[in-house]
Amino acid sequence: MGQDGARSALRRGGIELEGIGKAYGAAWAVRRVDLVLGPGESLALFGPNGAGKTTLLKILATLVTPTRGSGRVAGFDLRTEQEGIRENLALLAHGTHLYEDLTVRENLEFAAAMRRRAAPLEALLTRVGLAEAAGERVRALSSGMKRRLALAKVMLAEPAILLLDEPFTNLDQAAVALLEGYVAEVLDREGSVIMATHDLARGYAACRRAAVLVSGRLIHEAPARVGGLEGLRAAYVAATGEGAG
Amino acid sequence: MSAGQVWALARKDLLTEGRSKETLNGLLFFAALVLLIFGFALGPDPARLEQAAAGVLWVAFILTGVLGLMRAFQVERENECLEGLLLYPGDRAALYLGKLVGNVVFMLALEVAVFPCFAFFYNMPIWGALPGLFLTAALGTAGFAAVGTLFAAMTMHLRAREVMFPLLLLPFVVPVLLAAVKGTEAFLRGAGRAEAFPWLTLLGLFDLVFVTVSLFAFEWVVED
Amino acid sequence: MMASGGSRLVIPLGVGASAALLAGLYAGLVRAPADVVQGEVQRIMYLHVPTVLVAYLAFFVVFVGSVAYLFTRRERWDILAHASAEIGVLFTALTIAAGAIWGKPTWGAWWTWDARLTTTAILLLIYVGYLMLRAAVEDRSRGARYAAVVGILGFLDIPIIHKSVEWWRTLHQPSSLARGAIDPALLFPLLLNLAAFALLYAFLLAQRVELGRLEAEVLRRRLEE
Repeated sequence: MGQDGARSALRRGGIELEGIGKAYGAAWAVRRVDLVLGPGESLALFGPNGAGKTTLLKILATLVTPTRGSGRVAGFDLRTEQEGIRENLALLAHGTHLYEDLTVRENLEFAAAMRRRAAPLEALLTRVGLAEAAGERVRALSSGMKRRLALAKVMLAEPAILLLDEPFTNLDQAAVALLEGYVAEVLDREGSVIMATHDLARGYAACRRAAVLVSGRLIHEAPARVGGLEGLRAAYVAATGEGAG
Repeated sequence: MSAGQVWALARKDLLTEGRSKETLNGLLFFAALVLLIFGFALGPDPARLEQAAAGVLWVAFILTGVLGLMRAFQVERENECLEGLLLYPGDRAALYLGKLVGNVVFMLALEVAVFPCFAFFYNMPIWGALPGLFLTAALGTAGFAAVGTLFAAMTMHLRAREVMFPLLLLPFVVPVLLAAVKGTEAFLRGAGRAEAFPWLTLLGLFDLVFVTVSLFAFEWVVED
Repeated sequence: MMASGGSRLVIPLGVGASAALLAGLYAGLVRAPADVVQGEVQRIMYLHVPTVLVAYLAFFVVFVGSVAYLFTRRERWDILAHASAEIGVLFTALTIAAGAIWGKPTWGAWWTWDARLTTTAILLLIYVGYLMLRAAVEDRSRGARYAAVVGILGFLDIPIIHKSVEWWRTLHQPSSLARGAIDPALLFPLLLNLAAFALLYAFLLAQRVELGRLEAEVLRRRLEE
């Protein structure tokens, strides 16, 4: 289908941010961020609480309008082509975006309808290990299962840009493997991934590059593998002046 | 803009409400309570009640509607679902329409259940005038919900939302209240369509203008 | 950046408004002949009619400022809309007060649900809501956006409210305000007062906009780098 072709043509990743800043009232949440991330590249974003990681991800996801600066996400302009960005981006956020009174399947069906996709829901449910619980109300699920359903919703979107905000919270070992496998898959098809996390070890394992955000500024930015995990830890402590997880 | 999204959102809201039914039941009893309270405040003279009946009915609808409209966005606060809605591709107007359709259907279902209570307590001959009464209710509810859905989204994050929402909404919908009451009165009196017609036209105009404007304005309300 | 030309207008506007108001008050309250039917009480019209017309002007300015703000996101439009709304509310309250002062000796009641006054009262509520909304929202730009939406919807509602209240009243009883041709001897003081109140509005607006501009400047400087 022509539309499918257009979609796959657009589905390469790529993020360019120039001078991005966001102020709320009298304080800057994000000060001045310049960033270039190519297709197939992954970035682990570290930083203390309140550093602006979530705000930066929200800006990329078009949830928040930047006070200043410009950017392109998956080839679409950050300010003027927001619908194009949302079409090709998925955010695994802090909130699960799940409706507690609906079943697992109904939540996924709703997401598919809103994404305007006729996706193979059963296959997705099987992949995240929720096939048996498909008829259960979300309220009855454990928090780990809820996170997996949230991940299924992200997979549904087949995004070119994958954003993750503290993705490892409440996940058991199997689910962590699932997540890491999915991240690799997105990178394989030339998507871009940004992962905001406290977990230095897991971020280091999942992503090629690392950056530290402190008080809204990008302090350290380098390939994560340089200097190994210890090198990363040292850089984090140096950048933030605090002990790392 | 996608009709599929509008329908999916409205369906999701109605499905959720249908599951728990707690809001529906609660609001239904609230509406009946309002009818009773006005009976105490204005009665027991049946002539006086009969004169005030249409007005009391619509006050009941509006007070209940204020509570019901707020609920439509409060349900999106759990698990940050509103954020989830805003991440979906497509026009934001689809979100507005989806919520509006869900709200109107919900409120109409409530009103259908309230009419028999109304006929009972106020001794109103509604059975012969049902089509006209429903038409008035539909047009009035649509207008009320058109502005209400927009303002509910606007006030959902405010700490003082229980006060700010009705404070903002009610002056705006005075024309709806006036026209709906007059139209309802005309139908109850058996005066027929001719007398109610100008009021129904006014309601239709209000609906048209404010659904259109709110469609565009919704984008500005939900952005950050 | 808001042009500071506005502050230069303040003094001439203030002087002009004062002069015009004094002239208008003299012309209306002293020089103009008393109304044949209503007597001295009718003189309140020289206050009541200008204030309601200027209130509508103020809300139109709110509408324009709101639209301009949503499309340009320049703070100056938001400041203009906010200032005009405050003054509009003031003039609306004055209108209702004047209407009541006229109504009591004329009809024996402070409030008679007259169509125009009722519409004015509803407008007062809408724009008070506008101001309260601004106060209730903490983030300034979000508050400006919300207020702009209310400012636009409010203005669009005005004709509908007016029509519906008019029908509501006339289908019940004829309009209570006589609507005949106006005697030229009364027309001149009326127009003079209208001009005077319009100048007063412009003066207050310039003051309030200047205040708003300074406020915004303070906030901008507090936004440390």
